[in-house]
Order: sequence, then C-alpha cells, then structure tokens
Amino acid sequence: MADPVVIVGAGMAGLRAAEQLRAAGWEGPVTVIGEETHAPYNRPPLSKEALAEAADKPLHEVHASLAFRQRASVADVTWRLGTRVTGCDMDSRTVTLADETVLDYGGLVIATGLRPRRLRLSGPTVGRSALRTLDDAYALAPRLRAGARVVVIGGGFIGCEIAATAIGLGCAVTVVEPAPAPLATALGPEVGAAVQAFHERRGITFCTERKVVALTGDEAVSGVVLDDDSVLEADVVVEAVGSEPNVEWLAGNELDLSDGVLCDAQLRVVGRSDVVAVGDVARYPNLRFDDVPRRVEHWCTPTDTAKQAARTLVAQLRGTPATGACTAMPSFWSDQHGLRIQGFGLPRLADDVRVVTGDLDRVEDGVIVHYHRGERLVAALLVGIPASQHRAHRDLVEAANPLPTDDKLQTSVLKGVPA
Amino acid sequence: MKVTVDRALCQDHGQCAIAAPDVFRMDDDGKLVYEPNPDDSLRDEVEEAADVCPVQAILIGD
Repeated sequence: MADPVVIVGAGMAGLRAAEQLRAAGWEGPVTVIGEETHAPYNRPPLSKEALAEAADKPLHEVHASLAFRQRASVADVTWRLGTRVTGCDMDSRTVTLADETVLDYGGLVIATGLRPRRLRLSGPTVGRSALRTLDDAYALAPRLRAGARVVVIGGGFIGCEIAATAIGLGCAVTVVEPAPAPLATALGPEVGAAVQAFHERRGITFCTERKVVALTGDEAVSGVVLDDDSVLEADVVVEAVGSEPNVEWLAGNELDLSDGVLCDAQLRVVGRSDVVAVGDVARYPNLRFDDVPRRVEHWCTPTDTAKQAARTLVAQLRGTPATGACTAMPSFWSDQHGLRIQGFGLPRLADDVRVVTGDLDRVEDGVIVHYHRGERLVAALLVGIPASQHRAHRDLVEAANPLPTDDKLQTSVLKGVPA
Repeated sequence: MKVTVDRALCQDHGQCAIAAPDVFRMDDDGKLVYEPNPDDSLRDEVEEAADVCPVQAILIGD
C-alpha cells in the first residue's frame, strides 16, 4: 500500500485538509496527528459563549457542541490524537512522534497552527492564563466569577472578546494595550478608538499605550505592574498578546520558518515539492492582492487554504502539474457584547480609512468603513450592519482586487517565492 | 439533497449566502432564508456554505 499522506495538526486545518484531499481525489491512506486529545472543534466560541458555559457544563458536553461535523469521505482517516510530533526528516520522508515512533509519509501536510504568545514576566504563575484550546477555556472559566478583578493584556480581537465575556459575567475588567487603541493594529486607530469607546460604555477600563512589566503576588497573581510604575490589582490575568506558529518540529529541513512556513501561491512549501501547508501556519502570497507572502490568522483560513493545498499535493502524488492558486477573499468577524464586526479584505494594506455609512461615535448603530491603499479599495468593515448588506461591500473589494489572469497566475506560481 | 439549518445555532453571519447564493440568502432584516431541497447539482456550493458557517449550523443530507 502507498505511504499515507500524513497531516500534522488535528485542529480545523487538519480536518479541512483531510476532507479536501478526498475531494481532490486522493483515495489512499490519510493519517492525522494532533497534540490535543479532542477531535477537531470550533474555536471562536471559546472566547465567547463557550467560555461562559465552561464554568458549569462538563467539558465533554461543550466539546460535543463545538466538534466539527465530519464529512463521510473522511470516515476511513486514521486519527492519532494526544500525540505530539517532535521532528520531521523531509529527505527520508518521515515524521517522529514524542514516543520516538517514526512514521513514513508519501505526502505531508503541515497544519500545526499557532499557540498563544506568552509574556516573559517574573512572579507567580497561578492566576495567569492564555486562551487557545478548550482545555485553556476550562482552566480560565471557573476564575471568571462575578466580582473577580480581571486584567486582559492585549487589546486585539481575542483580548476584546474575552474582556466583553468577562464583564458580561460580572467581573471588573481592565484591558492593557501598548497601541493607542484596541484593535488598532488590525483595523486602524480610528476604528480602534471607536470600539474602545463602545467597550467603555459597557464598563470596561482601558490602559492604552501601556505595557505590563511585572506581576505582583506570592503564590498567586495579585496584580500587574505597568511601565509607568502604576499597579492594577488583579485576581485573574489573561495574556492575549498574539500567537506563535508551531514550526519547531520542522527544523533541519532548510525551510524558511521565519514566520510560519513559507509557501508559494499553491501552498507548496518552498523547497519541498511533496509538502504543503494549511491554515494560519502557512505564509503564502495571495495573488489577488500582491505577491507578498503573509500568514492570515482568520477562522476562514484553514478552509480557504485546504482546497488549494490538497489539489497541489494530490497533483504532485500523481505526477501531474498542479493548477490554480489560493486567492480567497479574506473574511473575518468578531462578536463583542453582541456587536458583530465583519470584515473582508486586507485592512492592514490600507493607508486611508473612510467611513462610508454611520458614525464612529456610535458603532452600535451601524458603521461601514472602507480601507483604501491609494485609490484602491483593499478592505471593507461592517460594524453592527445586517448581513444582508455584507455581500455588496465584499463584492466591491473583490472587484477592486481582481484575480490575476491565468497567464500571470501561472508565471507567478512557476516563479515561486524566493527562499 | 436536503439542507437543514439549526436555527438554535444560526447567528445570521451570512457567510452561507456568499458561498451559495442559489440556496441561502439574507432578507432585508438580515435573517437567513434558504431552500431546504436544492438540486443535487448545487452540492459543491452547499458544502462550501456548510464549511464556512462560523457556527457550523448547516446540515447536509441526501
């Protein structure tokens, strides 16, 4: 029997990779290896309703409500959960597991995703949390009791969502953010300031342009020290300061691992024809926008990248040329105190932010923002706007960033990305 | 093909209406309306819609 396609990572990216390998016609064996013991589940609720539920519902019940429904086509896939991959030798086509088992592969899918970045702070570790997994949610939830003083370090999407959930549970919540406003890095300072004001109206306190430099407390955290020497008392400290790609196991294969794993526009790992990457660990160029490789940490990324990655790998295993490229329109959302923030495109490319509908002073009444780079519309953001109006704005971004012609696409793909 | 949306889960994100506009659409109030028995030729786009549903509320039957 042929060596299996091995998928390393059993989150959403691993599952989508398996499903799309089948959809692309791969009928051979597939093995998915993942460190978590839980079958693939949906993570976004972990900072929202599932975090609130985790305080009084058993884990298996919440997992059951979050687990992805799996397509019938992946019923014969071998799952090795609770198993960490420690190394990979791409010349001999093997991966090594934590118990030193060595597995051969015919094709490899990198789907190891991210882990939360942690701050290097001295002081107690009890009372410090980060949130990525279901187990993380279960560690944090019991401590978000009414009256608890919670400091969230980092005002990105996850930080803002956790803050909103915590205040909804009756905690006293402060967000510490080094930028001038929360979400400023992702959505720009104007929108960030508007979202901050919205959170403040719901009782959340912000310390912007401030960093946490130390923790206080003996056995458990009692507070955080900021870089202006002020101290915030805290029973719970949540670090939401971004993520780090899980790529250490790939060392020694002459890959560019400087930020995730560098791929070409077909999700082929640069330098390795029989290895592809799926999900937010993949740094690849979206030729719809430009040829700059980027990692995209959106929920849609595994689904968007798995299709092309599977087509590329199956073509390679059959000895035929791969066609297409991953040119999906980035789409992302966040829910904060019931306010839906929906975005399309790449706001970070913008040098000009224009409010086209509504008033940033009252985001809850509905605001539409267009992000431009020069005259080109690169993203649209809809805050508190019914979904019936979303498509029109997504279509505008799509029209402003058309797919390259087939010829151009082929040239870009063949040229690849310099390692 | 049979399509069911779990209304208890659906949060009207509207991603399905972008992925499979022949089957799902958002009405003027932003609420989901869908065709429960679409033609089998639409299976690919319905599967896409199920994949991109943020709350995984779409169930596809035969």
